[in-house]
Amino acid sequence: MSLKIVVLAKQVPDTRNVGPDAMTPQGTINRAALPAVFNPEDLNALEQALRLKDQFPGSTISVLTMGLPKSAEVVREALYRGADCGYVVTDRPLGGADTLATSYTLAQAVKKIGDYDIILGGRQAIDGDTAQVGPQIAEKLGLTQVTYAEEILKLDEQARKVVIRRHIDGGVETVEAPLPLVVTVNGSAAPCRPRNAKRIMKFKNATAVAERKPEDADKYAALIAKKPYLDIPQWGAADIDADPAQIGKAGSPTNVKAVKNIVFKAKESRTLSASDADIEGLIKELLDGKIIG
Amino acid sequence: MNNVFVYCEIEGTTVVDVSLELLSKGRKLANTLGVQLECICAGKGLDGIEKQVFPYGVDKVHVFDAEGLFPYTTNPHASLVVNLFKEEQPQICLLGATVIGRDLGPRISSAMHSGLTADCTELEIDSFEMSIGGVKKFYENQLCQIRPAFGGNIVATIVNPEHRPQMATVREGVMKKEIVDPNYKGEVVKHDVAKYVPETEYVVKVLERHVEKAKHNLKGAPIVVAGGYGMGSKENFDMLFELAKELHAEVGASRAAVDAGFVDHDRQIGQTGVTVRPKVYIAFGISGQIQHLAGMQDSGIIISVNSDPEAPINAIADYVINGTVEEVLPKMIKYYKANNK
Ligand SMILES: Cc1cc2nc3c(=O)[nH]c(=O)nc-3n(C[C@H](O)[C@H](O)[C@H](O)COP(=O)(O)OP(=O)(O)OC[C@H]3O[C@@H](n4cnc5c(N)ncnc54)[C@H](O)[C@@H]3O)c2cc1C
Ligand SMILES: Cc1cc2nc3c(=O)[nH]c(=O)nc-3n(C[C@H](O)[C@H](O)[C@H](O)COP(=O)(O)OP(=O)(O)OC[C@H]3O[C@@H](n4cnc5c(N)ncnc54)[C@H](O)[C@@H]3O)c2cc1C
Repeated sequence: MSLKIVVLAKQVPDTRNVGPDAMTPQGTINRAALPAVFNPEDLNALEQALRLKDQFPGSTISVLTMGLPKSAEVVREALYRGADCGYVVTDRPLGGADTLATSYTLAQAVKKIGDYDIILGGRQAIDGDTAQVGPQIAEKLGLTQVTYAEEILKLDEQARKVVIRRHIDGGVETVEAPLPLVVTVNGSAAPCRPRNAKRIMKFKNATAVAERKPEDADKYAALIAKKPYLDIPQWGAADIDADPAQIGKAGSPTNVKAVKNIVFKAKESRTLSASDADIEGLIKELLDGKIIG
Repeated sequence: MNNVFVYCEIEGTTVVDVSLELLSKGRKLANTLGVQLECICAGKGLDGIEKQVFPYGVDKVHVFDAEGLFPYTTNPHASLVVNLFKEEQPQICLLGATVIGRDLGPRISSAMHSGLTADCTELEIDSFEMSIGGVKKFYENQLCQIRPAFGGNIVATIVNPEHRPQMATVREGVMKKEIVDPNYKGEVVKHDVAKYVPETEYVVKVLERHVEKAKHNLKGAPIVVAGGYGMGSKENFDMLFELAKELHAEVGASRAAVDAGFVDHDRQIGQTGVTVRPKVYIAFGISGQIQHLAGMQDSGIIISVNSDPEAPINAIADYVINGTVEEVLPKMIKYYKANNK
């Protein structure tokens, strides 16, 4: 049996490396100062997909991303690592989406991809950190979900059932769930295999329309005519039959009312040195005050 | 109708701490709004469960007691909450930002088409004027959901004035657990589970489950000694454990120390770790990035040991010791032993 696998991958600003220049003097985020990366847990999800493909040859892995035109970078990255194809959903009216509008849009795109047995995503994205998109997509597609997955242990093709080990608070559990299914994969799952040199050669010129400079149009047209897989399909709101009321800002129930910079008020503090006298003095003071001891 | 709801998470037959903390917060919100506080308890063998929640000021407990509701699986719990909400039309719904709350919350928000704010650190009621979709309106008594955003460098206030319920998740330890009245009495409503959960929703089977009690009591410890990347090594952390033993303290850490492999992940303090508010917090080699401060800034006395006099954490410290952990830590152990007779 072969499986139809969809992997959700988001391009995110690398919030793990927030430097001093990550904020503008006005207190807004300087996105330009942060490199855009493949959301880490989405790579864990991709690895689970690749393992399924190893196990069930002939399976196909489609990567789906929504974001700015340059988010096609994550599709290319996934192709280098073994995905079969990818789709970029990008369009002005999709901007400003909260998780609900994001999940609606992605669910519409999944429907357009059509045939799927299992949809894998990361547990959460490192910029919003909400972990909401996976379960919301599952709800919108009428599927059940397994979140915080650590490993797909077994997939029974006849019974169309999957056994998954997942993280829970204070422990682990093993669950059995029916296909089709949405699975979100935890960072504690196996890391993703590296890029494959042959695949880099094959896909390095794969692009989505919005990424191509107008002056290169002919060059790409010629390339794609010979190798159609170098065209990464790009969809806008209309292509996925999206209801304008449910996408972008309009489709987002949450509104940001205020954003404030964190400034901590300095306390009146006492400064000590590392000398024996200072440390002993402090310990005695804390003991005398019954603060410790 | 239009009350404040808390989804209570139940381990076995015990309501977990984060839910009790949310009940305490929910009580205050309900008081401000002049409405009732209700909660949902779903599981198996829940006779008398109301006794656990009434002291926190719950006016009505919705009990769903049936085979198949424990251990938790997504669909049956989502189904009963959504169907109950369709009847009850709550204005606010709070859930723990736990594995269960973060599995269930988005499922409910999607079905109800309502906004969900993740990992809130504060919840307040406020009235304000706001323009949504180009229409300016005055909104009364809205839930302002405050959460650290973008890795914690900013704090965003999120509201969802046009949709109900207003949903939020909150991590354990962020809100304070407070009993309002040990004899508080509310109403118990035992629901017919089959009416809320079609048989077809029991689709996921839990084959095996293994839960361990936490290995430490970081959250409740009166003294926390925490190490950061500046600790430099696992060996230096051993010294920190020695100090903790002397002080009857727990050991915490910054994320950088956890990432460096100096100490276990479950000891991480901060926005994406545990929130603590001990009497005394001693930070060794922690710079004090906002995400770390989010988990300890409410500590009583803060002592910072850092080789950099300009470390941001020093700004919120009561005592700043300019020095290296290698120098200061052994001296602290030594002088504590010498003076604590
Ligand atoms: C600082 C900050 C705080 C926010 N807080 C909230 C909030 O509390 N409530 C709210 O409703 N919105 C919030 N948002 C908006 C929210 O982050 C966006 O809607 C975002 O597009 C999706 O949510 P997420 O990043 O939290 O993803 P998560 O839900 O954490 O992502 C889970 C998984 O879903 C998949 N996925 C998510 N987005 C995409 C995508 N665009 N393309 C492909 N796959 C994807 C990935 O596999 C990912 O690992 C916040 C945004 C920011 C920057
Ligand atoms: C979304 C997100 C969530 C996060 N969540 C958390 C969280 O929950 N908790 C958390 O802690 N972090 C969190 N972080 C990471 C946070 O931004 C910081 O990177 C982290 O707190 C830094 O840890 P640190 O202070 O130990 O390390 P550093 O910033 O590297 O600081 C080390 C400090 O040690 C001092 N030092 C060095 N050598 C010595 C010595 N020999 N003696 C004494 N002092 C010395 C230095 O002067 C410096 O001040 C999060 C980040 C993001 C983006």
